[in-house]
Amino acid sequence: MADISQLKELAAQVRRDIVRMVYNCQSGHPGGSLGCTEFFVALYGNVLKHKPKPFKMEGKGQDVFFLSNGHISPVWYSVLARSGYFEVKELNTFRKINSRLQGHPATHEGLPGVRIASGSLGQGISVAIGAALAKRLDQDKRWVFCLTGDGELEEGQCWEAIMAAAHHKVDNLVVTVDWNGQQIDGPTEQVMSLGNLPAKWKAFGWDVLILEEGNNLEAVIAMLKRAKRRTGKGKPVVILMKTQMGHGVDFMVGTHKWHGKAPNAEQFELAMKQLPETSLGDY
Amino acid sequence: MKLDEITSTASRATREGFGAGLLELGRQNPNVVGLTADLMESLQMHHFQAAFPERFFQVGIAEANMMGIAAGLATGGKIPYTGTFANFSTGRVYDQIRQSIAYSHKNVKICASHAGVTLGEDGATHQILEDIGMMRMLPGMVVLNPCDFNQTKAATIAIAEYHGPVYLRFGRPAWPIFTPENQKFRIGKALHLTSGKDVTIFATGHLVWTSIEAAKELAAQGISCEVINIHTIKPLDEEAILDSVSKTRAVVVAEEHQRNGGLGDAIANLLVHQLPVPMEYVGVKDAFGESGKPTELLDKFGLGKKDVLWAVKDVLDRKRG
Repeated sequence: MADISQLKELAAQVRRDIVRMVYNCQSGHPGGSLGCTEFFVALYGNVLKHKPKPFKMEGKGQDVFFLSNGHISPVWYSVLARSGYFEVKELNTFRKINSRLQGHPATHEGLPGVRIASGSLGQGISVAIGAALAKRLDQDKRWVFCLTGDGELEEGQCWEAIMAAAHHKVDNLVVTVDWNGQQIDGPTEQVMSLGNLPAKWKAFGWDVLILEEGNNLEAVIAMLKRAKRRTGKGKPVVILMKTQMGHGVDFMVGTHKWHGKAPNAEQFELAMKQLPETSLGDY
Repeated sequence: MKLDEITSTASRATREGFGAGLLELGRQNPNVVGLTADLMESLQMHHFQAAFPERFFQVGIAEANMMGIAAGLATGGKIPYTGTFANFSTGRVYDQIRQSIAYSHKNVKICASHAGVTLGEDGATHQILEDIGMMRMLPGMVVLNPCDFNQTKAATIAIAEYHGPVYLRFGRPAWPIFTPENQKFRIGKALHLTSGKDVTIFATGHLVWTSIEAAKELAAQGISCEVINIHTIKPLDEEAILDSVSKTRAVVVAEEHQRNGGLGDAIANLLVHQLPVPMEYVGVKDAFGESGKPTELLDKFGLGKKDVLWAVKDVLDRKRG
């Protein structure tokens, strides 16, 4: 397992990857990807027990992860590649013709690390529950993790799933909500207010944890470990993780305007100046 | 088989065949799990639930969630069978099926009861007539519509051996049983019920029996029908269809579904490219169903024996030119 300085360097490199991938194909979603960089680096670098090669769809005896808000594929692809699931140079094919790195994650082209397609929102928690129930049936003691967006919680299916996870006492499941307060058309509180999110999850029967510093790597690692310790007690666990959309690139920070937009050449140069090169090297 | 040898002495609902098949399959295969969205007994899944309570998940009135959970269970190596009405198994959850099951090629068996107008008194809100069309449009989806209790039971058991998404359609009412007990069901293999030379009737689901009855009446009038049971709408048994049509050169397709998008369109799509011949549809003409008794509704919506008879006569007129 990598030490914290190595993970910080990985996070720095992942941010460079995200911006370059989106710039190279002039499409994709940099804002949420940059905001969730610490989460992915913490998860894959420190928390998950996982085996990149050979990738096994069923993930028996391993922790498995599902990304519900599939549009933040750049951060996931970068972390998967740099965790050994596939070659880092393949990041260069993102969103291009004949690529395994589809705009939104898919199993269809056989990309290692991806267990289900996502992109049409609101489906990932349900899928994660199913995978967790399969582990329970198999007496597999490992965990299922899932990341969902906050705007995504406007989808009714999420609440069907949240209700069902508590009802079936799915206590080998840790869901994290990327609570960045932004969605395509504006701040969530303007588009469709989420209300008292912690109280809602609690009322639905979940063990609720709040992470104020979702862009602090040590804090994310500590919180994911804490969440794991809270499992096995008859309740599913949720982390409401406050992040900053666009974190790391000053002109992308905290605005929905960079949800799904690629930088132009000038903006790209500016962003790369703010994201230091690392010993890991660009793809 | 000779036409008059195809007889029925008992009737049971195809959904009961599903329930019986699922129970038997549960004993054979420990990876099979069941899910329902508050319709356990309607789907006859209570037999499986009673025998294997730990392998059965009640998800409440939340079909979208059920499809997602099923996809997750399949990812973990299970073989989930979801059970709800055909309407709530398709239109209500089309995007969940499309993304989490079909595009992701998950080994989920979508088991759909109360399809078509034979659902009866509940009316059009529940009588889906578009489900075959929706499901056969999804790349890689297998679409099945067995014709009686025995065949539905056999299909339920057989699909566990196939890895991939399957839509299994069946119905509510008691319906004549005329196929063998403990038959071997082969996905994609059309069943040649009786030979004829004048016209081929391709039928699926409940309307296979209706077509046999029509063929018997036509035989008495000197018209020789070849009746083929297309229990697998996708993948279509193209070879069997082309073999028969090249002999009879006239086609009637009978299904409890909209004319748009169903088995008729699937066969027309094949024939228009390879063997264009006169063809007639027995199906619903761009209409919603309504409340009533199943037999009344079949009659009103053009899905009865008389409709098969007319279609055969129409197509033979066209064949004679």
